[in-house]
Amino acid sequence: MRPSHVNAMRRTWLLVYVVALMLPIAWMALMSLRPNQDILGSFTWWPENFSLDNYRTIFTDASWYTGYLNSIQYTLLNMVLSLAVALPAAYAFSRYRFLGDNHLFFWLLTNRMAPAAVFLLPVFQLYQNVGLFDTPLAVALAHMLFNVPLAVWILEGFMSSVPRSIDETALIDGYRFPRFFLRVFLPLIRSGVGVAAFFCFMFSWVELLLARTLTSVNAKPIAVTMTRTVSASGLDWGLLTAAGTLTLIPGALVIWFVRKHIAKGFALGRV
Amino acid sequence: MSDPSKPHNNKAWFLVLPVVASVAFTAIIPLVIVVNYSVQDIFGPGNRVFVGGEWFRNILNDSSIRDSFWRTIRFSLQVLAIQIPLGIAIGLAMPKRGWRASMALVLMALPLLIPFNVVGTIWQIFARADIGLGGYVVNDLLGITYNYSQNPRDAWFTVLLMDTWHWTPLVALLVYAGLRSIPDAYYRAATIDGARRLAIFRYIELPRLRGVLTIAVLLRFMDSFMIYTEPFVLTGGGPGNTTNFLSISLTKIAIGQFDLGRAAAYSLVYFFFIQLFCFIFYTAMKRQEV
Repeated sequence: MRPSHVNAMRRTWLLVYVVALMLPIAWMALMSLRPNQDILGSFTWWPENFSLDNYRTIFTDASWYTGYLNSIQYTLLNMVLSLAVALPAAYAFSRYRFLGDNHLFFWLLTNRMAPAAVFLLPVFQLYQNVGLFDTPLAVALAHMLFNVPLAVWILEGFMSSVPRSIDETALIDGYRFPRFFLRVFLPLIRSGVGVAAFFCFMFSWVELLLARTLTSVNAKPIAVTMTRTVSASGLDWGLLTAAGTLTLIPGALVIWFVRKHIAKGFALGRV
Repeated sequence: MSDPSKPHNNKAWFLVLPVVASVAFTAIIPLVIVVNYSVQDIFGPGNRVFVGGEWFRNILNDSSIRDSFWRTIRFSLQVLAIQIPLGIAIGLAMPKRGWRASMALVLMALPLLIPFNVVGTIWQIFARADIGLGGYVVNDLLGITYNYSQNPRDAWFTVLLMDTWHWTPLVALLVYAGLRSIPDAYYRAATIDGARRLAIFRYIELPRLRGVLTIAVLLRFMDSFMIYTEPFVLTGGGPGNTTNFLSISLTKIAIGQFDLGRAAAYSLVYFFFIQLFCFIFYTAMKRQEV
C-alpha cells in the first residue's frame, strides 16, 4: 500500500542499524581467532594468521571451562526455582483480588529495580552464615531477587489473556485445582512459561556483581574468571575475546527458541 | 491486574506465599542487615559502636557522592533522550512478519544476552585506538583524537554509546510488540481517510504504543540508574571521576574500602531513591491501565 521507495528506505535503515549492532561483536570474534602477539602487534582490518589456540586453551584448561559449567548450573537452577515460585503467584494475581495485592505487586516491582550493589554487603554475610557461600545455589537464590518479580510480571500478563471462563468450566467439570493447573492451564500459557524461562535465563546469565560477590573458587562463574584474568596477568586479549565469544552462544541458542514471543515477553506480557 | 470483576479471595495468599518467602530471603533479610550496619561504626568482629544517624549525615553531605548522584541522573536522562526515539524509529522500520522479521528479532536480541562484563570487554577492544575498529576509524581515518581511557569527554561518550548499543534493541523490541498489536483495520481506515504517514504515527501508532513505551522508559531509566558492570570494565569509573556512577562508587566503598557503616547508609539512601522513582512510574502506569 505504501510507495516502494519508502519501504526500500526503511529496509536500508534497518540493515544499517543491524550491521552497526553486529560490528563490535564481529570485531571481538575476529580478535579471538588471532594469536595474542598479533593482536597487540598492529592494526589490521582482517587477521593474517588464523588460529584456534585461544579456544583450545579454554576447552582444555579446567580453570576456564569450569567457569562455563558453573554459570550454566546456577542459571538453570535459578530458572527452575524462579518459575516454581512465580507460577502460583502469577495465577493468584491474575485471577483473584486479595488483601494487599496491589501493594505486594508494587513491592515485587521495586525488587526488580533494586540495584545489586545495595545488597552486596548483606548477601555476602547472609550466605556465609547459612553455609551456602561459594555454591551455585547461593547465586541462584540471590538472582531470584530480580528474576522472581520479573517472572511473576510476565506470567501474570500471559495468564490474564486466558479467559477466566476456562477455569470455571474446568472446575465445574470436576477437575481438582492442581490437576487443572498442570493439565489444562499450563499448556494454555506454554509460550508465556517459555518466555519467562528465557528472561530468567537471560538476567541470571548476564549478571556479574552478585555472582562475583557470592563465589570464590568452587562456583566461580565464567564472567568472573574473565574479569580476574584482566587484573592478574596483564591483558591476554586473545583468551579474553575467545571466552567472551563463547558466552554469546547460549544466549543465541535460547533466543532462537522464543523468537516468536520474545517481543511480547519484553513488554512483560502486557501487549 | 486491577480488573474489578475478579473475585475477592484471601486464600490466594497461599499461592503467593512461596514468592513472598523467597523474596523475603533475598531482599528483606539483607535489607535488615543493611539497616543494622548503617547505624553502627564497625571496626572489626565484636568491636562496634552505635552511631545513630551519623553515617546518613556523612553520606548526604558528601560532595563526591552528590556528584555521583547527579552524574547518574544526567546519564539516565541522556539514555532516555537517545534510546527512546531511536528505539521507536527502529521498531517502526521492522518488517511485521516473515523471515526478515524473525532474523531482525534474533539479531537485535543478541546484545541483550551478552553478559554485562563481556559488553564492557567488547567495547574496550572496539574503541581502542591501537587495536579497535571504532577507535582506529575515528583516530586515523577521521583524524579526530579520541581516547576513552584518558579524555573525560571521550569516556562519557563511549559509555553512553555502549549503553545505546546494548539497550536500544530492548526499546525497539517493545515498540515492535506494541505495533504488532494494532489491528490492520486501523491502518486501512486511515488509508481510506487519506491520512499521511506522520498522521498515522501521531494518531494511531503513538497512542497504542503508550503502554509499551511506559515500560521502556521505566526499564531504561531504572537499569541505567543502577548501571555498574559495563562502565566498571570499560573505564573503572574514570578517568578521574567522569564515569563514577552511583553503583560503582558504592561498590568501591563497600568492597574496596570495606567501610561497612558508611556503605550501608549509602545503600539505604540509594535504595530510597529507587523506591521513589518506582512509585512515580508505577502510579503513572496504573493511571494508564484504567
